[in-house]
Amino acid sequence: MFEQLFPNVEMEDMVEATNETLYMTSVSVAGTFILGLVLGLLLYLSGPGGIWQNKPLNWVTAAFVNVFRAIPFIILILLLFPFTDFLMGTIRGPGAALPALIIGGAPFYARLVEIALKEVDKGVIEAAKSMGARNRTIIFKVLLPESMPALISGITVTAIALISYTAVAGVIGAGGLGDFAYFYGFQRRAFDVVAFCTILIIIIVFVFQFIGDFLSRKLDKR
Amino acid sequence: MISIKDLTKVFKTKDQDVLAVDKLNLSIDKGEIYGVIGYSGAGKSTFIRLLNRLEEPTSGEIELNDQNLTGLSKSKLRVARQEIGMIFQHFNLLWSRTVFDNIAFPLEIAGVPKQKRESRVNELIDLVGLSGRGKSYPSQLSGGQKQRVGIARALANNPKVLLCDEATSALDPETTDSILDLLVDINEKLGLTIVLITHEMHVIRKICHRVAVMESGKVVESGDVLDVFLHPKEKVTKRFVDQVMGDPDRENSLDVINENYRAGEVIQLHFVGENTNQALISDVSRRFAVNVNILHGKITQTQKGAYGTMLVQIDGEETEVKQAIAYMKTTSVEVEVSPDV
Repeated sequence: MFEQLFPNVEMEDMVEATNETLYMTSVSVAGTFILGLVLGLLLYLSGPGGIWQNKPLNWVTAAFVNVFRAIPFIILILLLFPFTDFLMGTIRGPGAALPALIIGGAPFYARLVEIALKEVDKGVIEAAKSMGARNRTIIFKVLLPESMPALISGITVTAIALISYTAVAGVIGAGGLGDFAYFYGFQRRAFDVVAFCTILIIIIVFVFQFIGDFLSRKLDKR
Repeated sequence: MISIKDLTKVFKTKDQDVLAVDKLNLSIDKGEIYGVIGYSGAGKSTFIRLLNRLEEPTSGEIELNDQNLTGLSKSKLRVARQEIGMIFQHFNLLWSRTVFDNIAFPLEIAGVPKQKRESRVNELIDLVGLSGRGKSYPSQLSGGQKQRVGIARALANNPKVLLCDEATSALDPETTDSILDLLVDINEKLGLTIVLITHEMHVIRKICHRVAVMESGKVVESGDVLDVFLHPKEKVTKRFVDQVMGDPDRENSLDVINENYRAGEVIQLHFVGENTNQALISDVSRRFAVNVNILHGKITQTQKGAYGTMLVQIDGEETEVKQAIAYMKTTSVEVEVSPDV
C-alpha cells in the first residue's frame, strides 16, 4: 500500500530530512524566542509610558524591527551570507540557515511580544510599584509571568512561520524537508516525494500548534 | 503622622495644563481613619497616588513619619513604599499567582527569606478571613475575597499607613460593609493609619474618624465626621450628607407637612452622639401639656457615635409650646424651629 502510493520515498532519507527540519526549527525557535523577547521588551519598556521611556532607544529598536521584518526571507538569506560565513564558518547546511532564520523571525516575534506586554493590566504594574518593586522585579515577576500565555501563543505562530522559512532555506543547501521536496521530488518528477514531505511538514506544524495551545491554556489562570 | 503642605499636581497635556491637586494642606494623625470624599474629577484619586508618589508632585511636600517623602531618591523611595500599603478599586492582583503567592509578592520584593515568608503569609490569610483559599487563583474568588487578598498583600510588610483607592467602589453594598468592617478591625488591632478616598458618603459615615471634602483639587471642608455631618457648610458637602441622611422628596414633604400641620410648631431636632439615647420626646410630652407628633426621622451610626434628625410637630397652648421648645433648647439636642430646608 505504502509502496504503491509513494514508490520513490526512501524512509532513511526522509528521516534525515525531517531531523534537519526539526533541528533548524527548534534551534531557531529558541533563538527567536530569546532575541524577540529582548527586542519586544525594549520596544515596550522604552515606549511611551514605559518604565524606561526613551525616545531614541525606542526609535532605534522600532527601526531595526521594521527593516528586518520588511525584507523578504529569501533575500535576507542572501544578504546575510557574509555574516553567516563569519559566524558559523560555513554557508551551507542546516547550521548556516540559523542566523537568517533567527534574524528573520525575531523582529516578527518582537512585535507579538510588544502586543502581549501591552495587554498586561497597568494596575498590576502600579501595584508592584506601590510595593517598592525594582524595574527588574517588575519585568521578571510581573510583566513576563502575566503575559506568558500570549507570549507562548506568539512563539507558536512564529514557530510555524519558521518551519516554512526552513523550507525556503533549501536554496543555500540547508537541507530539511523543503529542500528535499524540491531537489529529490520536484526536479526528479517524483511527486510522491513532494507529497510525502508535505505531509511530514503538516504533521510537524500540527504538533507545534498542539504543544503551543496546550502550554498556553495550562498557564492561563484567568 | 502624615503632613501635607501645599501639595500641587499639574498634568501637562498638549492643549492645556490641568490642575488636578491645588495647594492642598492636610494633616493626618497616627491611628486614625481619614476619609477624603469628592465627586469624580475632584482630584482625590490623584491626591492619594501622590501620597506614595505613584504620581510625582509638581510642588509641595509630604511628610510621613518625620520622613520627607518628596525629597527621597528613587531607591530610597522604594524602601519607603514598603511602609505604605495600598489597595485598589480593581484589586490589581496578579492572576498568574495564587492567593498565597500574591500575598508573598511584597515580601519577595522586601527580600524576606522563604521560611519567614511562609509563616507571615499564613498569618495574613487568617487575618483577612481567607483560611483555606491560599492555593486558589484570583479568578476563582469573588470581588470581596479579591479585595481581602489585596488587603493582606498591602499589610504584608507591616506598613504604617494603608492607602485605599476607592477600595469598595467595585463591590456590592453587602460586600462593601464586610470589607469596611475588616478595615476597622485592622485599624483597631494594628493601630494602622488608614487614608481612604471614596465617592460614597456611606463609607465615610461607617468607618472614618475625620473627613475632608475635595472639590476641583482643593479641600473645601474638613473635620470630624460627626461635625461635618451635622453642620455641612459647603454645597457639595450637603449633597454628600444627603446621600446618607437624605430623603429625595424632603423638600416636597416639608411643603406637605407645613400644609397639613398648621397647628402648633413644626421643629427639626438634631441628635448627635450620646444624646441620641435620651428619651427627649417622651420627656417633653410628660413635662408640658403638649402633643408631640413625629413626622419624619432618621438615625444613622457613624464611627464617632450616632447622628440623627427628626421632624416633629408640637401642638398645644401657645405658652406651653414655647416653654417646651425652650426646654428642648437647654438639652444638648439641637433645635431648629420652622425648618425651611
